Amino acid sequence: MTRTERWAGGLLVALVAGAIIVPAVARQDPLAIDDVLGARLVGPLSSDDAGRFHLLGTDRFGRDLFVRMMLAGRLSLAIGVVGSAIAGLIGVAIGAAAGWWRGALDRTAMAVSDAMLAIPRLILLLLCAALWRPGTTTVVVVLAATGWMGVARLVRAEVIGARGQQWSDAAQALGGTPLRVLVRHVLPNALGPAIVATTLGVGNAILLESGLAFLGLGVQPPAPSWGNMIAGGRDLIVTAPWVAIAPGVALILTVLGCTLLGDAWRDRLAGEVPSALADRA
Amino acid sequence: MAYLARRGVAALGLIWLVLTFTFLLLQAAPGDAADLLVAPDATPEAAMQLRQELGLDRPLPQQYGRWLANLLRGDLGESFRRREPVLAILTSALPVSLWLGSMSLLLTFVVGVAVGSLQAARKDRWIDRLLTGLTTAVYAAPSYWLALTAVALFTYGLSKMGAPTWLRLPAFGLTSPASEATGLSVLPDLLRHSVLPIAVLAAVGAAGIARYARTAVLDLARSEWVRTARAKGLGSGRVMFRHILANALPPLVVLLMLALPGVVAGSVFVESIFAWPGMGRVMLEAISARDYPVVMGATVFYAAIVVLSNAASDLLLHAVDPRRRV
Repeated sequence: MTRTERWAGGLLVALVAGAIIVPAVARQDPLAIDDVLGARLVGPLSSDDAGRFHLLGTDRFGRDLFVRMMLAGRLSLAIGVVGSAIAGLIGVAIGAAAGWWRGALDRTAMAVSDAMLAIPRLILLLLCAALWRPGTTTVVVVLAATGWMGVARLVRAEVIGARGQQWSDAAQALGGTPLRVLVRHVLPNALGPAIVATTLGVGNAILLESGLAFLGLGVQPPAPSWGNMIAGGRDLIVTAPWVAIAPGVALILTVLGCTLLGDAWRDRLAGEVPSALADRA
Repeated sequence: MAYLARRGVAALGLIWLVLTFTFLLLQAAPGDAADLLVAPDATPEAAMQLRQELGLDRPLPQQYGRWLANLLRGDLGESFRRREPVLAILTSALPVSLWLGSMSLLLTFVVGVAVGSLQAARKDRWIDRLLTGLTTAVYAAPSYWLALTAVALFTYGLSKMGAPTWLRLPAFGLTSPASEATGLSVLPDLLRHSVLPIAVLAAVGAAGIARYARTAVLDLARSEWVRTARAKGLGSGRVMFRHILANALPPLVVLLMLALPGVVAGSVFVESIFAWPGMGRVMLEAISARDYPVVMGATVFYAAIVVLSNAASDLLLHAVDPRRRV
């Protein structure tokens, strides 16, 4: 394990642990609004009128930002991971089928993927959020539906490469059905790049999810997400900048962790995965 | 020439695919245009009549044909909300987005390549480490958060801390609302208003480009012909510009085009935060008003921009890489 991997991994583990533990043990309810006047917009590292200490201060309703941030982390991380994982699975399935059976199936799949890649992913997400009702489920479905193309292309290329190999012919000559050869012999060889691309996609998905929530088209309040927390601090940016800045830092750390980890894994596979520069929020 | 023609046909085909895809997506969505247009207390007969007028009762292939034919004539339909042609709404917003997008893309490239080359030239020194940390963090930051932070810093924070007043930059709109300037005299005001949005949008892209430019320059600096150039007694500046950067350019042009969707996405947020009346804001407003024709039209516009600039980058690649001209 390299130093980068240890740092990035440690960061992500700490964030996930914080997201699970902090809201569970915190004495302050991150959703309830009680003493608004006495506790609203308390600065970082200070206490409100009731004497409760707030590590990162409070928002306009007097809710503790640190606890809210960690609760938001649950949703943001879960949406990012689940959305990318489903997108990865769809990508593997489509890429494998297209690369293995070729023909009209391959041409159709690649044409659809080309068309979807031509629309910037955020625009595609906005379009879907506009057509269906915004909310957590919609975000996950849409992230999965718009994120499979990169993985599909990678897996397709790997499968086409494996198709011509002698061991794949041998597996079929030994009586393996094409489907069995594909699933048992060819796909395991193509999974490495797919996993790296999916890991790199998690950071992107979290950024996109938060962007949608920021625009009011993703996770809906009162459920906190890093994006809608930043949106909540948007008009307070001059008077109480910590409200918007704190969740942004959590977001940056998470994306940083995913990117560094994905990059490190990619370096191990040396050049098998193209750079994931496209589609940033 | 044959290459150009092939590339053009491929780009057109791709745009057609995008159009078809968006049409199907609209069909898959719950409800239709008539549900939104008809008054809540209207009778079912009135709704039926509206469907007939809009042609929504015809079979799907026929609707598709009509929609595509209209598109080819440049007719993107009419906005539900503003009762204006979609094309007019979009073309009036386009210059703002093009100004924002093209200036940031230019800055993205220049700053990104400069930072990356500087890092490579000073590999593993403190400046390289500092810039690596900075570019990695900025690359991970959402553009809207960077924009808000920049607003907090440059419209309020810095001047409170005693920075000179010229550093206090406007954060909203294209020009000052009270300004009565016309013609060319608007320019200084426009430029002052453009600093923050363009800088924020360029920062995210430049951070990405710098990360790859550093790697690309380092890879090239290890090659034998660079050692030969140094052995000939060439200065490090000449080696960097004439030998290394000239060879690093083609892959970086490709990267720049890969960064384009990111710039488009970023511009949606930046336009929303800085209240710029561009395509991003038109799209967001249309979404909250469920103004489908405008949303579809904007999507088609965005896709066309991406496809066309991809094609343009291929041509650019030919220009900067003599090996491709054979």
